[in-house]
Amino acid sequence: MTDILTVSNLVKRYKDVTAVNGVSFSVPEGICFGLLGPNGAGKTTTVEMLEGIIKPTAGTIAYFGAIANRDSKSAIGIQFQNTSLQDYLTVRETLELFRSFYRVTMPLEQLVQLCALDAFLDRDNRKLSGGQRQRLLLALALVNDPKILFLDEPTTGLDPQARRNFWDLVKDIKKENKTIMLTTHYMDEAQELCDEIAVMDQGRIIEQGTPMALLKHHFNGVLLQLPAHDCGALPAELEFHQVDSQLEHATSDLDGALQRLLAAGTSLEGLKIRSPNLEDLFLKLTGHRLRD
Amino acid sequence: MINGRRLLAIFKARNIEFFRDKSALTWNLAFPVLILIGFSFIFGGEQRAEYKVGVLGGDSSALAALPFHDTRFVDFVDYDQAPEAERKLQQHRLDLLIDPAARQYWVNEESPKSYLAEQLLLGGSQDFQRTPMTGRPIRYVDWVVPGIIGMNMMFSCLFGVGYVIVRYRKNGVLKRLKATPVTAMEFVSAQVLSRLLIVLVFSAVIYIGCDFLLDFYMAGSWRDLLLIATLGAFSLISLGLLVASRSQSEELTGGLLNFASWPMMFLSGVWFSLEGAPHWVQQMAQTLPLTHLIDGARAIMSDGAGLADISYQITMLVGMSALFLVLAAFLFKWHPD
Repeated sequence: MTDILTVSNLVKRYKDVTAVNGVSFSVPEGICFGLLGPNGAGKTTTVEMLEGIIKPTAGTIAYFGAIANRDSKSAIGIQFQNTSLQDYLTVRETLELFRSFYRVTMPLEQLVQLCALDAFLDRDNRKLSGGQRQRLLLALALVNDPKILFLDEPTTGLDPQARRNFWDLVKDIKKENKTIMLTTHYMDEAQELCDEIAVMDQGRIIEQGTPMALLKHHFNGVLLQLPAHDCGALPAELEFHQVDSQLEHATSDLDGALQRLLAAGTSLEGLKIRSPNLEDLFLKLTGHRLRD
Repeated sequence: MINGRRLLAIFKARNIEFFRDKSALTWNLAFPVLILIGFSFIFGGEQRAEYKVGVLGGDSSALAALPFHDTRFVDFVDYDQAPEAERKLQQHRLDLLIDPAARQYWVNEESPKSYLAEQLLLGGSQDFQRTPMTGRPIRYVDWVVPGIIGMNMMFSCLFGVGYVIVRYRKNGVLKRLKATPVTAMEFVSAQVLSRLLIVLVFSAVIYIGCDFLLDFYMAGSWRDLLLIATLGAFSLISLGLLVASRSQSEELTGGLLNFASWPMMFLSGVWFSLEGAPHWVQQMAQTLPLTHLIDGARAIMSDGAGLADISYQITMLVGMSALFLVLAAFLFKWHPD
C-alpha cells in the first residue's frame, strides 16, 4: 500500500500555547486512520493544518508524496466539527452549490444514496435533525469524490441510534476505496471504524498502531473490576488501581487471580471481567479521564 | 483568478437566501415606502407665506426704483444665470423672475402665487415685457425621495454585506468555503454582485411604486440616475466589505456599521439641505459616499443635470469605492487564525 498522506514534524504555535508540538505520521491508502485524544489535545488543529485551513508554524504535509498546495484541496473532502450551512437553502440546493465548486464531482444520485439523504432532499437546512445534518455535511465532504475524507468528531451530539447509522455510512464509504481520517474522542467509535490509530495528548502523538496491536502491547489478558467499597480485603500480591468507583486489575492468569481473591476473602459480589478496550488504553497512556 | 461558475453559484445561493427571508424582504420594501408616503402627507400642505422673486441683471438701483420693490413680504434673490433662475420659477421655488434693467419678467402660468406676484409687479409698472413659462411645482417629497431611497440603499448595502459576512465568518460558513477551491475574490465578488442586484432592483421597485402614487418630479435622464445609483450602491457595499473584512463579532460589526451609517443619516442631506450648515460640517459630509449619491441623484431629478454636471460626484464615488475595496482586500480574512 502506498501512503496517501505523510506528515512530518508538524508544529503549530499560537501566542502563548503550542497546540501541536512535532507530530509525524503517515496514512496508507484505503484505511481509516483515527486520531484520538481528549478535548484540547490538538487533534482539530492538526487536521485543520492537513486540510489547508490553517498554516503550520513548522513541518511538512505531503499528499501522494508531493507537498500540499492549493490543488490538494480538490483531492480531499472535509466534514467539520461545527459548520453552519447557508440559511434558506434546501439540502439539494446546498449540494448543487458545493458541486459547482469542483471540476470533478460525484453524481448527485450517488451522494444521496450513499448518505441516505432521500427523505429530506428538499427540506430547508435549518429544519434538519442532528443526524440528518451530519449526513448532509458528510455528503458535502464527498461532493468532489475525494481520495481522502476528513471527519472531525462526526458523531458528537448524536443519539446512539443516529451514531450507529452514521458508522454504517462511513463503513459503506470505506468500501468505495476512500481513505478516511477520523478525529474523535469516542473510543467506541474508533474501535468500530479505525484500522489504525494515533493517540494524541498535549500536542504530541503518544502512541500509534492498529487497535489490536496496541491493546496487545499494553494489556495482557483481561481486566478484573471490583467495586471500590464493600469488596472486603484484597490480596496484597495483586496490584489494583482505582478508576472512579471501581478497583481494576489487569491479568493474563484469570484462574490464578480469582483463586487469590477467594483465598484473601474478597467479596466477589460486584465482580466484572472484561477485555480491555481503547478507553482503557487511553487512560493507561494519559493517566486522566477522557471526557473531562 | 476568478472562476465564473463558482462565482455564479455563490451569487445565486445568496440571492435565494435573501428572497426567501420573507420578513427581512418585507421590511426592506415597506420601510422606505412608509416614510415617503408619510412625508407626502405631513409636508403636502406646506406653503411659504411670503413671495420669492428672482432678480436678473445685478442692477440694484434699477430694482430699487420699482414701486414693486417696496411691497412687504416679498423676498428678492439675485441670480447670475438665467437658466438656473428659470428652472426655479418652473419648479415654483421662485414666484416671479424679473430683469428690471431690461424691463422684462417671466411668470409661471401654472402657479397661483406667480399670478399674484405678477399682479403686484404690474400694479406699479406696466412697461415690462411678459414671458410666460409653465412647470409643475417641486414638492418636499420630490426633493426628499433621493434621500430616502439613498438611505435605504445605504442600510441595505452596509448591513446586507457587512453583517452577513461577519455572520458567515462566525458560524463557520466561511471556513467551510475556504476548504473548497473557492477563492476569497470569487466569494467577495459574488456577495457584492448579489447585493448590488438586490439593492438596485429594490430601489427601482420602491421608486416606481411610489412614483405611481406620488408622481415624482423627474427632470433628468433615467440612464444617468441608474448610473449614479449603481456607483453609489457599489461604494457603500465596498464600505460594508471593509468594515466586515476581518471581525467575527456581530456586536462589534453592528457597532461599526452604525458608526458609519449614522453620520450619513444626518450629514449626507437625506432629510434636509446642508446649504446653511457650518463649513466644517459641509466638509465632513464630502467624505461620506451617501452625500455624493444623493447630491448626484437630486441634481439629475430636480435640475435635469447630465453626467458632465455631476462629474464631481461620479469621481468621488469611484475614488471612494476603489479606496474601500483595496483596503478591504488587504485586510480580508476567511477566519481568525
